[in-house]
Amino acid sequence: MKGMPRELTQNRIQKIWIPSKDDKPSMPRTSHGGPHLANPPTVIVMVGLPARGKTYISRKLTRYLNWIGIPTKVFNVGEYRREAVKHYSSYDFFKSDNEDAVKIRQQCALAALRDVKTYLTEEEGQVALCRAEQILTAIFFIESVCDDPNVIACNILEVKVSCPDYQDCNKTDAMEDFKKRIECYRMNYQPLDPDQYDKNLSFIKVIDVGRRFLVNRIQDHIQSRIVYYLMNIHVQPRSIYLCRHGESQHNLQGRLGGDSGLSTRGRKFAGALAKFVKEQNLKDLKVWTSQLRRSIQTAEALNVPYEQWKALNEIDGGVCEEMTYEEVRERFPDEFALRDQDKYYYRYPSGESYQDLVQRVEPVIMELERQENVLVICHQAVMRCLLAYFLDKSADEMPYLKCPLHTVLKLTPVAYGCKVESISLNVEAVNTHRDRPDVRPSTLIRRNSVTPLTSPEPNKKPRIEGLDDTIIREVTPTQLTLCTASHTTLALSTQVSHSYCVISSLHNPVVTY
Amino acid sequence: VADTTLTRELTQNPLKKIWVPSSTNGLPERYISQRKVCMTNCPTLIVTVGLPARGKTYISKKLTRYLNWIDVPTKEFNVGQYRRECVKIYKSFEFFRPDNEEGLKIRKQCALAALNDVRQFLTDEGGQVAVFDATNTTRERRETILRFAEQNGFKVFFVESVCEDPDVIAENIVQVKLGCPDYTHCNTEDAVADFMKRIKCYENSYQPLDEELDRDLSFIKIIDVGRRYLVNRVQDHIQSRIVYYLMNIHITPRSIYLCRHGESDLNIKGRIGGDSGLSARGKEFAKALGQFIQSQNIRDLKVWTSQMKRTIQTAEALGVPYEQWKALNEIDAGVCEELMYEEIQQKYPLEFALRDQDKYRYRYPKGESYEDLVQRLEPVIMELERQENVLVICHQAVMRCLLAYFLDKTAEELPYLKCALHTVLKLTPMAYGCKVESVCLNVDAVNTHRDRPSNVDVSRLPEEALLTVPDHH
Repeated sequence: MKGMPRELTQNRIQKIWIPSKDDKPSMPRTSHGGPHLANPPTVIVMVGLPARGKTYISRKLTRYLNWIGIPTKVFNVGEYRREAVKHYSSYDFFKSDNEDAVKIRQQCALAALRDVKTYLTEEEGQVALCRAEQILTAIFFIESVCDDPNVIACNILEVKVSCPDYQDCNKTDAMEDFKKRIECYRMNYQPLDPDQYDKNLSFIKVIDVGRRFLVNRIQDHIQSRIVYYLMNIHVQPRSIYLCRHGESQHNLQGRLGGDSGLSTRGRKFAGALAKFVKEQNLKDLKVWTSQLRRSIQTAEALNVPYEQWKALNEIDGGVCEEMTYEEVRERFPDEFALRDQDKYYYRYPSGESYQDLVQRVEPVIMELERQENVLVICHQAVMRCLLAYFLDKSADEMPYLKCPLHTVLKLTPVAYGCKVESISLNVEAVNTHRDRPDVRPSTLIRRNSVTPLTSPEPNKKPRIEGLDDTIIREVTPTQLTLCTASHTTLALSTQVSHSYCVISSLHNPVVTY
Repeated sequence: VADTTLTRELTQNPLKKIWVPSSTNGLPERYISQRKVCMTNCPTLIVTVGLPARGKTYISKKLTRYLNWIDVPTKEFNVGQYRRECVKIYKSFEFFRPDNEEGLKIRKQCALAALNDVRQFLTDEGGQVAVFDATNTTRERRETILRFAEQNGFKVFFVESVCEDPDVIAENIVQVKLGCPDYTHCNTEDAVADFMKRIKCYENSYQPLDEELDRDLSFIKIIDVGRRYLVNRVQDHIQSRIVYYLMNIHITPRSIYLCRHGESDLNIKGRIGGDSGLSARGKEFAKALGQFIQSQNIRDLKVWTSQMKRTIQTAEALGVPYEQWKALNEIDAGVCEELMYEEIQQKYPLEFALRDQDKYRYRYPKGESYEDLVQRLEPVIMELERQENVLVICHQAVMRCLLAYFLDKTAEELPYLKCALHTVLKLTPMAYGCKVESVCLNVDAVNTHRDRPSNVDVSRLPEEALLTVPDHH
């Protein structure tokens, strides 16, 4: 293994240097850089009485983890129950002495856990050597504790009253029934106990919607990031405005990147934006720009203080900077085709990919979570990244989200998601959006072909040039089924005190073997 | 008709390449700002709380180092130091007895003197965070501090360390107390005995931060060296960053190894940046590095590289798994990528001079500055804190940034730290700082270190600019 270092080749889409194998190209097991590491899959278990924000937290956390590249999925036991018991009659179902119901609820929890296991193991083509009820993994509990009646009433009104269980009810009845439902749980509620019973578990207790946190035994990087995220989010009503800089000189010429100034119409947009912002009559609006001239010029027209973030700069087009798309197609035809092949992972030579952008922009998201009303004046690719986070769009969709010039998107958190209002400020501009091409380009000139074309397999991307074009996926390390002493087993207890289960799957180490 | 709404003209600051309004229209410069960690005008006072030997000074110093590195001007004020100034000779624990009126008076005066200096630092000297390091174990003392902060418009954040593990406490005493000025004239046994009695003096009056009684204060309670945390009322971004940092650090003994990639083809030609492969000597170094690592017999070593070919090639020779971080890529020299210093002087003499004037803040056109690098590297530092034994194979500017963090170097010193090719630096946390061992692996390489020339003026002659350029082919 040592002595003769393996030759390196650069993966053509992500521009990652990987060891090339002599004979047939094997699936490279490296991935991009980033917080790393060989973590076993994590199961996050939500704990808490109804109407404490568990689903809100699960969904938001899942959205965040998926966005930063950690495949995560929510398994909501309540949904399994709604499948099993087609019609919900009343809170009686949740009484602890309702034996039939208890059995159903346990079965639902078991079914959910089985699906958890499937998601974690078989998705990667490996079967864990374990019994159905036990999963060897890292477990992290998130408990939400809240006794403020106003917060609870608010939660019930926002999300419970409109849930399928209550579609035939009026609001007041729904509210009453739900409160009685809570009481059914309260009698058996055993909060996580850090001093005695649960002192060896890894968990965070979120108290009073984030006023206070108790954090116990963080095991790894993922849990530390989750804790940081949970400590930064809040539920204050507010709006986030996203828009691009006004039309720029380069936009007019169809050039990418660069650092040009606004065109005449771009300046007009800046003026219109100023008017729009005034009309919104916002309390304490923060304005953020990138460090590129066009976004700063746009902010200048608002005549309010603004902050420049280098992290908001447009995606770096590397050697293609300042070229028109035609010039790119002429001078770098392979690159042009590769980008269309996988726009999310594609990295410009000496530049960046959308995947890189997500990593770069993550601190902006974290700070947006902390803030209240914010206007972010940025750029097309950057705005797509931010939007994908708020609207839970996949890596596949992100590079094709429509973010036209001279249009403001107003995002307002509502219930479990985000309301979007698109406001065009009625100033003409060029269209800079390139749709996903219909046909995957198959006319690439085959250079340095290592293998003949393989026939396309279902659910796999067609290999055009062998090793070089395959995307380096985040791969599970083979020690998935090993467990170390620090990880606990999750045995299903008969007490179903947790109502939901969130899964966070594996994290993508970038390890070269 | 386009309404330009009186947009101020923008000019690009030649050093940092930041677009700023030129002050012709009379609008104040304060109107725009760069994103910094501390965006409010309100300074923060961090107050430690805890019995002696609970790691308060360790935390204060480490936190101060971290905050300064991420460009938040921070200073720690250790009341014990003030007391040592005041009471030249330490006799015994009796000084700390709760019934020692004279002692109490002096200790109170010292605390007030320290607070006074805090005020000066935060109000007059541009400080943003002050760390007030003392036991602060009574509610009364903390009230005094809160009142002081309120009067001066400072936010307060308490950091309490609670620990009852006798092994941890004993280890603390051995590592940092025995060597402290109070005990230089003592033998180990006597020093330990005295210190334990000192702790006792505080125990009876200790009022830990309480979830109920102190529910309106902002604080983090660190229990058993990070096993558990209680976090209450985080007010703002800087407090949130501080909490995140404190939750990621640990005290498990370990070492961090920093080195650069082996000598590269561009290194030999005296060219900066690029993505070239290793030279023959570079490959030799990689092999030697492999042998060195083997000989160190390190438990569970993690190896990190950048995404540039030369660091990966170096890691390949080790024959162990490694992780690639884009964040560890060398500083982007923008338009100067792959040029020799002589070419930079010829094509961009102004840029070359500006860089010598302020190497930390200077940003290459279409490239980065050291300041940018630090921001980019912060997640690497955070993860290094979480990890144990790690070998980081990176690049000259990147290694300087990381080293500056561990060795508490200023922004002025950072860009001139010596990080030679083919040399490994082994960093081992020790007491309040870091021990450094420099291991040269005895494989020749070019020197890539360029000292600051004496003439940094834009008007200087090319020869003056190129005086300190290291030799190359």
